[in-house]
Amino acid sequence: MRDVAIVGIGQTPVGELWNQSLRHLGHDAIHAAMADAGIETADALYVGNMLSGELSGQEHLATLIADFTGLRGIEAAKIEAACASGAAAMRVGVLAVASGMADTVIVTGVEKMTDTLPAETTAGLAMAADQDYEAAEGATFVALNAMIMRRYMYEYGVTKVDFAPFPIIAHENALGNPNAMFHLKLTPERYEKAPAVAPPINIMDSSPICDGAAAVVLMPYEQAREFGRGKRLVRVAASVSATDTLAVHDRHDPLWLEAAYISSHKAYTLAGVTPNDIDFFELHDAFSIMAALSLEASGFAPRGKALELAASGALARDGRLPINTMGGLKARGHPVGATGVYQIVEAVMQLRGEAGANQLDHAHIAMTQNIGGSGATILTHILIGES
Amino acid sequence: MHIARNWRIKKQRYSLHGEICHHCGAHVFPPRDVCPECAKPAYDPAQLSGLGEVYSFTTVYNAPEGFQTQAPYPLALIKLEEGPMLTAQLTDVDPDRVEIGMEVEMVTRKLSVEGDEGLINYGYKFRPRMAA
Ligand SMILES: [Zn+2]
Repeated sequence: MRDVAIVGIGQTPVGELWNQSLRHLGHDAIHAAMADAGIETADALYVGNMLSGELSGQEHLATLIADFTGLRGIEAAKIEAACASGAAAMRVGVLAVASGMADTVIVTGVEKMTDTLPAETTAGLAMAADQDYEAAEGATFVALNAMIMRRYMYEYGVTKVDFAPFPIIAHENALGNPNAMFHLKLTPERYEKAPAVAPPINIMDSSPICDGAAAVVLMPYEQAREFGRGKRLVRVAASVSATDTLAVHDRHDPLWLEAAYISSHKAYTLAGVTPNDIDFFELHDAFSIMAALSLEASGFAPRGKALELAASGALARDGRLPINTMGGLKARGHPVGATGVYQIVEAVMQLRGEAGANQLDHAHIAMTQNIGGSGATILTHILIGES
Repeated sequence: MHIARNWRIKKQRYSLHGEICHHCGAHVFPPRDVCPECAKPAYDPAQLSGLGEVYSFTTVYNAPEGFQTQAPYPLALIKLEEGPMLTAQLTDVDPDRVEIGMEVEMVTRKLSVEGDEGLINYGYKFRPRMAA
């Protein structure tokens, strides 16, 4: 197996992009990543996307985007793993390069969620859950997370406002990200007054429905070193995927993300690091409760203690473990199938020293974690900036 | 329209028809022919009692298509007495009185409507347990 490097990154702004189609979003992110890498073609294109068939009536998406982007002839396929589609496509790209089957691979994540009515988009997102035994009973994606959050509050004796640091950090960090969907400061008072979506989850616990695309270019590490264009090289030190029961109700312990535990701990072993070595963590705060469970299962906080960690200030940009340094899902936005690639693009920006106003002082080892459904598919990537 | 799809799972929808694993004794719901506890084959049918308690709950305000006329509605994770957990709406209940640990029992109700001319799907919901 060969080491894999990320040599190009690109992204579109995130938001309600009514003047941008699915194919244009993919095009813009891919061309930005190709220009950043200085390449004119590639061996393969892997597209992370969840809902193109349901919300745009468009399957066969990867071939469409390859065609539209001027990459006709290359291998192309869409990878779907609900909200983890982006990182799942990244994993396929890494496998292709590491195995020697491809030398230059483009991975993009793209999602268009705002062309449809809210009830249609909500039903589409619920497809991440078990259609016969969760969605058929009227469960929505937010409702499943709300039931996990309520049980967490019950088991650990915490209150709703204890979750406020997660969206507050996300919104604070998004202020310095020009591509983020929201640029507004969130206060604890505003959090407490936010309208309920599915209690105890309110609108400030919930990542927004939006459009966006992000892309990366992958190459064998040794080849990338020779190719070097004066940018810090980023090595993919670990790329791991794991699964849990699809339905929340089938878990013995719905407060434990087993797939986050498996994928993060395998990733630590592969990268030869421990949680203490991680400089910052781009985690999957689709809902505040998922941020807490991700930190606990990945070994950053004991069970039931993630909210204390958040309250301590450790997760802010000047803390010991900054999270979601460009706004996370909550404030950068969560174009579902694109999110996993946004996380990687933002981690590379930090590792290269290109994060602008949000640049961390110490950014050498990054971790990203992308969650599909309510914890059913979880991918962890560890990226190392090489000197 | 999903006529065959709903027909295939009518036994579990209408009567909580599950399975029991004769290797480890675990009850299995919904039936999947593989025991989720020990991963061995589990084909023996078992009728679940329909009695359980609320493990957690919420209220759905932003309902998906097919459920909009019912919104807002209470939704819960129900831990059945036999062990399995399932997701179901609560019915015949004051939403303010729902709490974790509340004892509930299964009833059959209308679940969703597939448009003006489509199927009406029936299945299990749970209500506060009546005194025996
Ligand atoms: Zn068994």
